Amino acid sequence: MTDDRSALSREDVIHVARLARLDLSDEEVELFTAQLRTVLDHADDVASLDLSHLEPSSHPIALANVLRPDEPRPSLDRAEVLAVAPSVEDHRFRVPRIGGEAL
Amino acid sequence: MTPTAVSLAAEVRAGQRSARDVVDEALATVDAGDGQYHAFLSLMPDEARAAADAVDAAVAAGRDPGPLAGVPVALKDNLCTRGAVTTCGSRILEGWRPPYDATVVTALRRSGAIALGKANMDEFAMGSSTENSAFGATRNPRDITKVPGGSSGGSAAAVAAGFTPLGIGSDTGGSIRQPAALCGVVGMKPTYGRVSRYGLVAFASSLDQIGPFATTVEDAALLFDVLAGHDPLDSTSLPSQPEATVATVHDGVEGVRVGLCRDLVDGCSPDVVARVREAADALAGAGAKVEEVSVPEFGYGLSAYYLIAPAEASSNLARYDGVRYGLRVNAEDVAAMNTATRTAGFGAEVKRRIMLGTYALSAGYYDAYYAQAQRVRTLVMQAFDRAYSSYDVLLGATAPTTAFDVGAKVDDPMAMYMNDVCTIPSNLSGHPALSVPFGGGEDGLPVGVQVLAPALQEALLFRVAQVIEDGAP
Amino acid sequence: MTDWEMVIGLEVHCELQTATKLFCGCRNAFGDEPNVNICPTCLGLPGSLPVLNEQAVEFAMRIGAALHCEIRPSEFARKNYFYPDQAKDYQISQYDLPLNADGWLELPDGSRVGVTRAHMEEDTGKLTHIGASGRINAALAALVDYNRSGVPLVEIVSEPDIRTAAQARAYASELRGILVATGASDGRMEEGSMRVDANVSVRPAGTEAFGTRCEIKNLNSLRSLVRAIEYEAARQIALLESGDTVTQETRHWDESAGRTDSMRSKEEANDYRYFPEPDLVPLAPDAAWQEKVRAGLGAMPADRRAVLAAALGGAPTEAEADQIHAVVDLGLDTLVTTAADGGVPVALALARAANEVAAGGQAGRALDPETYAAALALESGGQLSATQSKAVLGALLERGGGDPAAVAKEMGFEALASDTLGAVLDEVIAAHPDEWARFVEGDDKLMGFFTGAVMKATSGKANGKEVAAELRSRRG
Repeated sequence: MTDDRSALSREDVIHVARLARLDLSDEEVELFTAQLRTVLDHADDVASLDLSHLEPSSHPIALANVLRPDEPRPSLDRAEVLAVAPSVEDHRFRVPRIGGEAL
Repeated sequence: MTPTAVSLAAEVRAGQRSARDVVDEALATVDAGDGQYHAFLSLMPDEARAAADAVDAAVAAGRDPGPLAGVPVALKDNLCTRGAVTTCGSRILEGWRPPYDATVVTALRRSGAIALGKANMDEFAMGSSTENSAFGATRNPRDITKVPGGSSGGSAAAVAAGFTPLGIGSDTGGSIRQPAALCGVVGMKPTYGRVSRYGLVAFASSLDQIGPFATTVEDAALLFDVLAGHDPLDSTSLPSQPEATVATVHDGVEGVRVGLCRDLVDGCSPDVVARVREAADALAGAGAKVEEVSVPEFGYGLSAYYLIAPAEASSNLARYDGVRYGLRVNAEDVAAMNTATRTAGFGAEVKRRIMLGTYALSAGYYDAYYAQAQRVRTLVMQAFDRAYSSYDVLLGATAPTTAFDVGAKVDDPMAMYMNDVCTIPSNLSGHPALSVPFGGGEDGLPVGVQVLAPALQEALLFRVAQVIEDGAP
Repeated sequence: MTDWEMVIGLEVHCELQTATKLFCGCRNAFGDEPNVNICPTCLGLPGSLPVLNEQAVEFAMRIGAALHCEIRPSEFARKNYFYPDQAKDYQISQYDLPLNADGWLELPDGSRVGVTRAHMEEDTGKLTHIGASGRINAALAALVDYNRSGVPLVEIVSEPDIRTAAQARAYASELRGILVATGASDGRMEEGSMRVDANVSVRPAGTEAFGTRCEIKNLNSLRSLVRAIEYEAARQIALLESGDTVTQETRHWDESAGRTDSMRSKEEANDYRYFPEPDLVPLAPDAAWQEKVRAGLGAMPADRRAVLAAALGGAPTEAEADQIHAVVDLGLDTLVTTAADGGVPVALALARAANEVAAGGQAGRALDPETYAAALALESGGQLSATQSKAVLGALLERGGGDPAAVAKEMGFEALASDTLGAVLDEVIAAHPDEWARFVEGDDKLMGFFTGAVMKATSGKANGKEVAAELRSRRG
């Protein structure tokens, strides 16, 4: 019986790479699949623990309700920002067309 | 012997030495000596000289130039410095000049310290050897065939090489403490939230903390005092201002209950273990009560960390898409452009962790991996709380071995990840911890001993470390 | 032939009119030069961090309270997806733990629509597609303006309780009135401060299972909402009746063509990998704050319509109901109540507000209630005729205010002094002795004759009611 979770497949790696906007060569897919499997195997010692009695902690600190007043602060200098932008047109950031993957 | 920050600042404040002199000398030393270490990625000579001149002007006018007046500091290259190149060790930010300063950079400037340059690091802070930098590895100043540790290897090396008395790094899974241990300097991670993360390029948001490198515990405490404090620009910043830790650093450890933690020593090389036990003896000799304690939950930390950190990183690094700043590799449509840019701009380790993190968060796996890892985090936090009900501080190794050979672990990610096994637990819990040099290994390379303290107890942490430093061979 | 039923849920994104953005101190402003209201946080620069805007939370709570929601301990979450208008390539939103949940909204007809949740999230930047026709699919490139990036939004999700396009329209309209009444939003659909998306599916009438739904976007007015829903329902019915299936997807409403078009199916993009936002801490407004918000809420449109209806006394006619709706919708009810308090008949105050003042647009909304009351008092007191009153109102609106009596005098509408009226009447009667004799005998038809003559002699300044009263009293 294969444990579904640790059986990270090539297809998983390709799918995940696409989600993360990364292009992998065939070799990289092989290499990463093997390496990630090793890491996940280690993670399985954690995955199999019964920790249902514990709440997940997303923070190591117990702060709540951190707010700021609705007061304007100076914005950045547009010229300084656009000066390091890869492509600018009409004071806006220019990108290639959105293509088929519209939301 | 390079002067300490404490003594240097005292001289500059008293007008006995000009800050400009100090900076010029530091720049010259770096110029002459960094070719073999590659601690720095870039220097900021104009800014440094201008800052030094301002310090000297303040001293001449009788104004307070700040507690770190004239002291040069190496800044890890993931700290935003306005107008000065900030790369995070990555091609994707090669040549990028941020339009703003990190809060700690502003705090540094106010203290009179001088930012000398940006230090090398593993790309986006992912690594334990600084071999993952896109701009070449840094060498350990104690032995240039060895790694300096990572990811803040450049800052550690700059201090170890005597280029700057102080360095600033970031610690997510041990990235300050482990290079400190390998390079033979002091490196400290504060309580999560003590030091503002605004302007620190994020790796894993719930784990990242900025902290000091120094050659002495007292210097590290002085720098920590300058960096710590509430920042309204960081929602995770603790509301209170801590009391100055440098004031009590020599107060000793009489009656302090020290737990020598087996789980932070087991599996380490015998010479490292021996140094830790000797450090424990030094503490006992100074009046501390030392006992062995076991916290087995620490063992789960590594796996949990290698799910939580990459998950947060995969999201934090999504912004590097070629649209607003940094590298762009053109393509027909924007999605292809994002892909081409990220593929060309990120190194292998970063890609590996992004994919690991994306996978851990993806539909169907979230609960088994990410949420479960956050439960392990709770487990580790509770284990710490239990330990701290009986002990004031914990003691252990920082890194399992002394510095390893350049190239020894680059092809084995899991072996590399194992370097963090002793440091990770306090990142998960958010507690403060530091590494203080204590003797050497069999190979003569530095060994660092780790002290861990409860949240907000940095003053105690430094006190204990001071005694260890005093008792070091 | 199957009888089909529409099942509709609406998702409304409402921009909050705070001074600054949700997570940074950049100005929240519409129409500024591109990329002037940006900072490391809303631009997604490396090292930036979010800090939550207190006023945005206040507004979000008001919306929740107005929609009868439970205000709950909440958490922010990251919604991860790549898109150039998304500065960090993730949106900070709320997922598992929204601020407001389990509420409802009552429509004017008394029916209720459930509100599942109303959570906080940040807005994206604005994309302009350039080249070819400006439509996304034919563009050559896109330009991004991040002024809007990080503007605070509340997303209000209704239960799929809506069954007709008209009901959807009523929901959207009522919701807009509520959003404006809370002060949280200006509710301007055409400016994009209130955006409505419709989830539409169909099922055989009387069945329980939900059909496959499509999300319709790009609805820029209530009229588009209605047209799009009707089109989409018909499209789905046609598919199903021909044996085909409905594909779950997002569709774009094309206003000029009057149809919905498929945007690419979102299957791949659906994995948003939500996880708790580590850069923010939980948001759990305490009982005291919640109480303050609820207590300070003020009258909602439904309450205000009820006040006007009660002031009318008795059930409003259909025309009056429409006037009430219009008056409250435009925020003119204070004019009516102030005039009524001053003794002006409610029906008159209502009618003039719903017609003349409403026509004044912005000026109408800005009209001072005391001025309005004084103007109408001249009409109801008999000094001005209906025509004159409307003219005076028009002038007041044009001038942005003024003294109604002075305006009336300026326009020559001076009320006639009663002795002048007497003198004029004497002359008129003397000029028409035969008609007067017949009138005195009881020929009421001559009332109009004499009134007209007096009007002519006074160039319309006489008050008709006063003339009639005087005529009758002289007759005896």
